[in-house]
Amino acid sequence: MAEYRKVYGLGAEFESAAALMHAAEKIRDAGFSKWDVHTPFPIHGMDKAMGLGKSWLSAPVFIGGTTGLLTAVCLEMIPSFSLYKLIVHGKPYDWRTIPAFFPIMFELTVLFSAFTTVFSLMVMNQLPKWYHPVFNWERFARVTDDGFFLVIEARDPKFSETKTRALLEEIGGQHVTLIHD
Amino acid sequence: MSEAVATLETPKEVQRIPLVTNERSLHWITENVSSIVEARTPIWWWLAFFPCALLAMVGLCCIGYQISNGVGVWGENKTVGWAWDITNFVFWIGIGHAGTLISAILFLSRQKWRTSINRAAEAMTLFAVICAGIFPGIHVGRVWMAWYLAPIPDSYDIWPNFRSPLLWDVFAVSTYFTVSVLFWYTGLVPDLASLRDRAKSRVKKFAYGVFALGWRGSNRQWRHYEMAYLLLAGLSTPLVLSVHSVVSFDFATSILPGWHTTIFPPYFVAGAIFGGFAMVLTIMLPARLLYPQLDDMVTRQHVDKMAKIILLTGSIVGYAYLMELYIAYYGQNKFEMFTFFHQRASLGFNEGGWYNKYYYAMMFCNVISPQIFWSKWARSNYIVVFITSMFVNAGMWYERFVIIATSLAQDFLPSSWHHYHPSWIEIWTFCGTFGIFLSLFLLFMRFLPMICAFEVKAVTPHADPHHYRPTANSGGPATGALGPHDAPAKEGHH
Repeated sequence: MAEYRKVYGLGAEFESAAALMHAAEKIRDAGFSKWDVHTPFPIHGMDKAMGLGKSWLSAPVFIGGTTGLLTAVCLEMIPSFSLYKLIVHGKPYDWRTIPAFFPIMFELTVLFSAFTTVFSLMVMNQLPKWYHPVFNWERFARVTDDGFFLVIEARDPKFSETKTRALLEEIGGQHVTLIHD
Repeated sequence: MSEAVATLETPKEVQRIPLVTNERSLHWITENVSSIVEARTPIWWWLAFFPCALLAMVGLCCIGYQISNGVGVWGENKTVGWAWDITNFVFWIGIGHAGTLISAILFLSRQKWRTSINRAAEAMTLFAVICAGIFPGIHVGRVWMAWYLAPIPDSYDIWPNFRSPLLWDVFAVSTYFTVSVLFWYTGLVPDLASLRDRAKSRVKKFAYGVFALGWRGSNRQWRHYEMAYLLLAGLSTPLVLSVHSVVSFDFATSILPGWHTTIFPPYFVAGAIFGGFAMVLTIMLPARLLYPQLDDMVTRQHVDKMAKIILLTGSIVGYAYLMELYIAYYGQNKFEMFTFFHQRASLGFNEGGWYNKYYYAMMFCNVISPQIFWSKWARSNYIVVFITSMFVNAGMWYERFVIIATSLAQDFLPSSWHHYHPSWIEIWTFCGTFGIFLSLFLLFMRFLPMICAFEVKAVTPHADPHHYRPTANSGGPATGALGPHDAPAKEGHH
């Protein structure tokens, strides 16, 4: 049916989180680079099993938070100190009133950081992406239920349809299937 | 090392109760969370939704009437310039705090029992903040001028006063709502993907599919997702503490007796968590009754733990009440003494302050009634828990009313003393917000997964890759075959 379509990769299903993690360790040690595991929930220790480091999402969030803080500083201080000096009850209105600006500084830092977190998450995960070749595999729908999958992409330099299939079967993969683009 | 973990036997007396009882499988969790949304709308849902929606409409009509006629349709006067509106605002915003506490603070403190209640509690937070936002919005009088609250350099070149606690409140509440929406939606994505993959009709597949963003549960995604969730929890934790602190500044930075106290921020935050958990129980206990399949996820220990939090925060609130009285006595300021010992804690219902009966109602509901949770029997009896949380809901409303009305109605100058009575418009506006809150919650139950299924799955024994390491004699991982007591104590409470 789908012979004319490009091969995306090979997918294998595993019995449990533990079985998938061992498989991931073996695929990592075999030197593959373009591969991924798909699970219904994050598995503790999987990053290490896949040879991935710590997520660097916190870096953009730090920049976002700093931007929020600076925005609040400018937003509050420029009008209050120069554009529109508001004197209430004859109290001071200069830099000595700085503690009164802290709540809004805090709130805007949090607001900007939260937006940066969510948008960076989407950018780094390349979401939204409503089409992906893995969705062509019928068994894959169970990934959001109780399925544990490992997919090696065809563009991996070590990929070979027969050898990779044999490797996946050897490490306990079931229903090893060729996924088309 | 992992082999050692797998063979480590937890002594019987320190074993924990499993978070998901009856050794349920992963598929069972998906099935029972999603089936609530997928099944035909039950009759009781319509029976509940119609009165709630009607009440919401009544509330909206009252708001419309108030907007077209002005704030004069309320019972406020020159002495009591704000009463029910600010009471209701603080009441609703306080209720919102439990959701973020469960999703953020309990996440950072690794309280894994939070997983089955956080989604519903977060939804409750959003709906409560929506109800809260109505009151200051309409109290400004000319609502079409509400944009003056935002620092927009308009043609008049007028800027808001950034040193005013009321402006801090605008920022705090709008930030809180926005961050809560982001947090809630981030948590929803994997479960929306689950509904997408199970959907039979094209419309549902499309609708859930669009909002699931094409989530495919890949570990390269989970890696960033977990970090994002951690960051959002880390950001929400100080945020939730700041919001009610800022709300309390509305009072504490003024010079009225009874308001001008430094104890307000922690006292308000404890009260908010207290009232919020009571509302979570008020909603979750009937939900459990209507959906018995939730029993294995929202277990007795969840109710027990929430009751303990109510006991703790209720006692903190009780301490704050007593400390306020003591400081009023210790300070010997006669206005402060008058507020606390005449208007609030005075004996004799006719000679004393005008509102002392509400003070005693508050004391009973907030300080005395939760003390029943010292008993394990009370914590495990759902009827007792439900009734107590109703007392707490009422008590927290009384608390805000007492703080606001007593300090305003009889202040420094006896010639300006004035009673306050709510008008029927005010009463029905407040009732209407309950309609809005409950209607939104019923719609949420109908269309979105009420329980965070992927997080519940992640705290089952099947999710632990070390525990399920296949050994030579077991011949492979036996998914779901282990008993609850075989699980090592990894829940990590306390």
